[in-house]
Amino acid sequence: MKRTLENIENQFETFQILNEDGEIINEDLMPDLSDDELKELMHRMVYTRILDQRSIALNRQGRLGFYAPTAGQEASQLGTHYALEKEDFILPAYRDVPQLIWHGLPLYQAFLFSRGHYHGNQMPEGVNALSPQIIIGAQYTQAAGVALGMKRRGKKSVAITYTGDGGTSQGDFYEGINFAGAYQAPAIFVVQNNQFAISVPVEQQTAAKTLAQKAVAAGIEGIQVDGMDVLAVYAATKEARQRAVDGEGPTLIETLTYRYGPHTMAGDDPTRYRTENMDNEWEKRDPLVRFRSFLEKKGLWSEEEENKVIEQAKEEIKAAIKKADEQPKQKVTDLIKNMYEELPSHLEEQLEEYSEKESK
Amino acid sequence: MAQMTMIQAITDALRTELKNDENVLVYGEDVGKNGGVFRATEGLQDEFGEERVFDTPLAESGIGGLSIGLALQGYRPVPEIQFFGFVYEAMDAINGQMARMRYRSGGTKGQPVTIRSPFGGGVHTPELHADSLEGLIAQQPGMKVVIPSTPYDAKGLLISSIRDNDPVVFLEHMKLYRSFRGEVPEEEYTIDLGKAEVKREGSDVTLIAYGAMVHSSLKAAEELEKDGIQAEVIDLRTIMPIDIDTILESVKKTNRVVVVQEAQRQAGMASHIIAEIQERAILHLEAPVLRVAAPDTVYAFSQAEEVWLPNYNDIIERVNQVVNF
Ligand SMILES: Cc1ncc(C[n+]2csc(CCOP(=O)(O)OP(=O)(O)O)c2C)c(N)n1
Repeated sequence: MKRTLENIENQFETFQILNEDGEIINEDLMPDLSDDELKELMHRMVYTRILDQRSIALNRQGRLGFYAPTAGQEASQLGTHYALEKEDFILPAYRDVPQLIWHGLPLYQAFLFSRGHYHGNQMPEGVNALSPQIIIGAQYTQAAGVALGMKRRGKKSVAITYTGDGGTSQGDFYEGINFAGAYQAPAIFVVQNNQFAISVPVEQQTAAKTLAQKAVAAGIEGIQVDGMDVLAVYAATKEARQRAVDGEGPTLIETLTYRYGPHTMAGDDPTRYRTENMDNEWEKRDPLVRFRSFLEKKGLWSEEEENKVIEQAKEEIKAAIKKADEQPKQKVTDLIKNMYEELPSHLEEQLEEYSEKESK
Repeated sequence: MAQMTMIQAITDALRTELKNDENVLVYGEDVGKNGGVFRATEGLQDEFGEERVFDTPLAESGIGGLSIGLALQGYRPVPEIQFFGFVYEAMDAINGQMARMRYRSGGTKGQPVTIRSPFGGGVHTPELHADSLEGLIAQQPGMKVVIPSTPYDAKGLLISSIRDNDPVVFLEHMKLYRSFRGEVPEEEYTIDLGKAEVKREGSDVTLIAYGAMVHSSLKAAEELEKDGIQAEVIDLRTIMPIDIDTILESVKKTNRVVVVQEAQRQAGMASHIIAEIQERAILHLEAPVLRVAAPDTVYAFSQAEEVWLPNYNDIIERVNQVVNF
């Protein structure tokens, strides 16, 4: 028995292409990306790092609401996303705002989401996604449904969903991967294992050595990837996507990563549960540092280029905040109107009552 | 006597019962090392060890089921649901299973479980955290639902809940956690479950409330006094079972009632309380019993929260309606 478990666990080795020094160690699996595409990936990671820094600052100034920091997870978030097509459907968790932005959600709407304004949750036409899920795991079963729907409709697209290491403890996680497996539905399940669920380390979450191996029980493909290596994350997702659209079923991808910041900006203090030593160890594996050094060696990236991205990000963020500020404040009557397609009579009454209150 | 916030009184009650009874176990997401996201269990793991105060994997249905099992092994579990908005995940364990255990075992197996959870709104949490879902639990026969409004009550009621041999959902209003301090005895004491408290005496109208709305009702009562209206304020403290005797006594004195709840209007606690009153005391009423409640939408996204939540002005408006009926 014991040997069976060991055998399985040993098969889940961490997949890596780019090592911490930015050297290719897995030439055979190097994805087929043009120079421009490689630069675009870097552009997105730098931009997203700046967005994170600005969002934290804006939150501290009281200009943003709910915010879950993303620094450290750029390769996991943007590497998976870069392997998608526009018609793929994203079911993100609360930390996965960057993927939504690169899928087409305007920045000012992302800020409105943070402020708890419903317009932040209205995906523009053609942006195939739900707004971030707050209930841990709920998106996993829904992804199975989206994927099955795509399969039944004969679409060549996939559903992709995200959760964290903590999320893999939820029943919905198992149900989602199992349903998708049973229907051989075109889904990609990403677990961003950033080592902690708020304060609880992954070792206390499960006795399983890897989270990727949870795929085995569901009878689907599973892979553990170095989540700080954007090329490996991209390659794994690209392959999972291809299999999914070819009718070969879903994949579970575990990315090993780290969140540098607090869990959210609502009072979490990571020094209560993480050591500085651990922070430093992970920062050495930083996805931007690694990819930058790879691109620089190829002559594809320079400080000048990076500064251009930083300036662009800052300007766009400034404009987006301004636009968010200009939106009409959300009202209770907006909520009432959004409850049903046709308002029942008791809500008609309440609509009148609150319209009166709001006009005072 | 010590001055404590409600959260300190809760920690104090947990510490008291962890000391008193080795069968008491405190656990949930982030309650161990982190001391809970609101710090309700701060310092308890250090004091009582990881066997008695511990983190669970992230799964509310698991926490619910684990509690049932531990109770079957003679423990007295005090799990935390991190925010009550997440209770849907544990609904089968709580309402489906825990509440029915005594009945299903022909009275042979109790469930001495106290599920603590922050609830209510007004603190700008993200979507699906804040909510007033007490009615969902109160609707389930077999469950008790306790909601303190002061630090003093929080300690006494929590100790009583933990010692109760039936399952209790103990709801802690997030806005009350740190908004004020009150006197809390250092020694242990209990407050009977199912007993309301008259917070303020009055002869013209009765306000019935629980949780944060007790404070809004008291504020409304102060304002009403300026207009010569004497409002009596009842804090239910336990909303299931409700203390119908205290309510009826007041109704017979004031003949006018407004029931205040922070939850949405539809199918809520207030409807239940009003039904009880009119069935038992209709001939004592001089006016219809009115409600103050939130509108029938999902809990407001944070930008609209302030207008959405009932406040003391809404209470005054309703009181004027019943007084001038
Ligand atoms: C059902 C549910 N339970 C609890 C929470 C509170 N909560 C929010 S995030 C979190 C930890 C999640 O950890 P993980 O899945 O590892 O993702 P990460 O935040 O690290 O990205 C918890 C307990 C929630 N939002 N939903």
